[in-house]
Amino acid sequence: MDSEMDQQEESQYLTFKINQDYFAINILVVKEIIEYGKITRVPMTPNFIKGVYNLRGHVVPVISLASRFALPIQEITKLTCIVIVELEVEKEKHSIGVIVDEVDEVLNIPPEQIEPPPTFGAKIRPEYIRGMGKVNKRFIILLNVPKVLDIIELSNFKKHLTLGNEGDKAEK
Amino acid sequence: MNLESVKQTFLLESEELLTGMEEYLLQLEKDPENEEGVNAIFRAVHTIKGSSGMFGYDNIVHFTHTLETMMDRLRQKEAVVTPDLIATLLKCHDHIETLIEFDTTAQEGQEVPEEYSQRGQELLAELSIFFQGSQQSVTAKKEEPKNTAQNKTVEPVQRPTNGIQSPYWHISLRFAPSVLADGLDPFSFIHYLKNIGDIKNLYPVHDSLPDADLFNPEIFYLGFEIDLDAQTDDEQTVRSVFEFLEEDATIHIFPPHSAITLYEKVIQKLPESRERLTGILMEMGTLAPSDLEQVSSPAVAAIAENSESEEPEAEIRQSTREHPEEKKEVPAKISGKEEQSKKFIRIEAAKLDLLINLVGELVITGANISQIAKRENNSAMLEAASSMERLIEELRDNVMNIRMVQIGETFRKFERTVRDTSRDLKKEVELLVKGGETELDKNLIDNINDPLMHLIRNSLDHGLENPEDREAAGKPRKGTILLNAFHDTGSIVIEVRDDGKGLDKEKILAKAVERGLATQAQFYSDSDIYHFIFEPGFSTAEKVTNISGRGVGMDVVRRNIEALRGTVDVDSTKGKGTIISIRLPLTLAIIDGFIVTVGDAKYVIPLDMVTEAVEVKDIEKNSERGGNFISLRGELLPYLRLNTFFREKNMGREQENVIVVTYGQQKAGLVVDDLLGESQTVIKPLGKIFDQLHGISGATIMGNGDVALILDIPRLIEHAINQQYG
Repeated sequence: MDSEMDQQEESQYLTFKINQDYFAINILVVKEIIEYGKITRVPMTPNFIKGVYNLRGHVVPVISLASRFALPIQEITKLTCIVIVELEVEKEKHSIGVIVDEVDEVLNIPPEQIEPPPTFGAKIRPEYIRGMGKVNKRFIILLNVPKVLDIIELSNFKKHLTLGNEGDKAEK
Repeated sequence: MNLESVKQTFLLESEELLTGMEEYLLQLEKDPENEEGVNAIFRAVHTIKGSSGMFGYDNIVHFTHTLETMMDRLRQKEAVVTPDLIATLLKCHDHIETLIEFDTTAQEGQEVPEEYSQRGQELLAELSIFFQGSQQSVTAKKEEPKNTAQNKTVEPVQRPTNGIQSPYWHISLRFAPSVLADGLDPFSFIHYLKNIGDIKNLYPVHDSLPDADLFNPEIFYLGFEIDLDAQTDDEQTVRSVFEFLEEDATIHIFPPHSAITLYEKVIQKLPESRERLTGILMEMGTLAPSDLEQVSSPAVAAIAENSESEEPEAEIRQSTREHPEEKKEVPAKISGKEEQSKKFIRIEAAKLDLLINLVGELVITGANISQIAKRENNSAMLEAASSMERLIEELRDNVMNIRMVQIGETFRKFERTVRDTSRDLKKEVELLVKGGETELDKNLIDNINDPLMHLIRNSLDHGLENPEDREAAGKPRKGTILLNAFHDTGSIVIEVRDDGKGLDKEKILAKAVERGLATQAQFYSDSDIYHFIFEPGFSTAEKVTNISGRGVGMDVVRRNIEALRGTVDVDSTKGKGTIISIRLPLTLAIIDGFIVTVGDAKYVIPLDMVTEAVEVKDIEKNSERGGNFISLRGELLPYLRLNTFFREKNMGREQENVIVVTYGQQKAGLVVDDLLGESQTVIKPLGKIFDQLHGISGATIMGNGDVALILDIPRLIEHAINQQYG
């Protein structure tokens, strides 16, 4: 019974909209969905890092998926949400918030309805795509969460924005 | 029950025991007559053996068992406590540590490496040398006359007329029903018997097993009759297998060819009927019909009757007398534990962290309420809010206090380092400890260990001279290292002082010039010069030893301390000694912050780094020589414009606020927009994504729920100073 349930949970996806396109992430990594709130910008970080958010006393980084995917950024509306995703990196749990334009629904997409990512023609980089879910004749991009939110890779922004360069440029 | 958590307890407990053992060994070295020390070491080994047995760590049980026997013999004064013996025992201590580490981290089914068991045997062999001199007399003394004497000598002669024929040891076990509830695994004991011999026969006595519907899985119903072909003829060896069971089982041990009357006596005491038991024993072959004939013959029966009050009784009593010390110890130990549990509660660190987080939240919420009260200008609410704030503050201090741990234990751990290292270096060193009762945050304690270790090793290797050199310099042969801890205005200071030869300023400066860290022309203060030793790869040692001299270390020390928001300082007098002082904040979780705005964002500066706030007009025009300096009362101060640095919009004010911040010996001015005042700040980590972000050290949550970032002052000062060269 347990495994049946596990399987069911494993094929459940949270779908959401970014810039008119539908994306989905596995429900197992989603911790919660919260209303868009005040985000404190962190200086000297790449654009896709929107800043940090106070999640009931925990400071959680928030990332804009639109700018991570280089898609046009929509205005903040009443429907804008922050999806809190929990990832395990080096045996430590990390929470990250991702901004989405609209949360749609939780869908059951069994493995047989998932097709491999297209080699070309997708709006976002293929490595971010785990597969294409086919639901009601509509394609939903299933995101490869560990890649999209690769904390080590995300934190590597220092490579381009070292403190010295940044400061010197600003000073001159 | 979660095995992992039990294992954790085992680890913690053994760690404590081993620390205690080490401490006692070192004490014993100073005071060889200290009997309490020997007892304590024995107890530690004994307990480790017991708990390892429960986890089935046979290699530990094996090693500690022999070690325990040796310690017991030491207790009987069979060997003299010498420094060499202590050295060997310390090595045994380390070996146990290694074994525990291996066993608790080993994968299921992973073999114990050969070298471990070999090392164990070597150590035990080394140890046994100390006991050799007295071995003979001892065994003789130890033997309680009767049965052991029997087996020692050639059988036919000594074998009592009514001895049974079976050549095996016989063990009769009846477990207490509560044995499982007491956390013991009866089978592990039987299993362990295999280490001392072959189990020839094993008969489970299941007479007390109830009907299935009355069966309680937490109760142990079985008893065992065992025939053992042991390689030993010392009853003590066999008995020691069941040492932990004494409270939880009735144990009768019969050496080979024990008198039938002995069996008879025990049979009468056991709950099963005589017929049933003799039936079992006959079935096992322990007793032959001919053995029983003896007892059924009136003569033997009479002997049995007569001797009942003497011989067998004596044998049974002997079994309890065998460990008189332990019997006495048990109550003492328990009452000791009880007393301890009154004073201390062991709490999972995570629970404490949670509590501290909650208090942090409370601090924030309290600040929020005060803000609202002020805004509403409701005097009754203001009053209530201020008294609540006071209470929260008190609560915060108390909760933070729970995390405070005395540094003494950490200090004492270094005794071993000093002892071993000074021996290796052939130096005479005494470690003195002062202010061991000074308390600091547990996290800090954990992180201060390595830096201290480095500093002490450095003092031992480079600071202190050889006894001969010391004498020549008119100092006592024995050098001293003093570990000193004390509180000083919101921080804690830990000093490592030695009375060695001190730092050689000229040599350090020469080396610094050679490495391009300094120029000959420039003037350096003493403190500047001493600070060169913290540069990566800096070493003036002529030869590299395995203890230090490679020039790694001091920079690592500095980095570690700075990671804890602390600082290191050096002071030294040539020929007199060196003082290295580490200054650390009292806590890592909550600080007093000074809030400023830069553009429209709020930032927090740790208050203890703020020296002053000044207003400066036309900074750029005032800048000296076009560099990023302002003149503050005649002193040149490098500054950093945070607006530009953080790419916030510039307010373009005429009159600008400059916060003067200090870190260690360095000073800089930070140009900010507005000053919002002081506030309690709960430090929150920013998360791994921001690991490589420099200039921001963390975040905090303000009274209104917004997140504000905490400035990394040391980095910003560094940047302010460097930018004018760049």
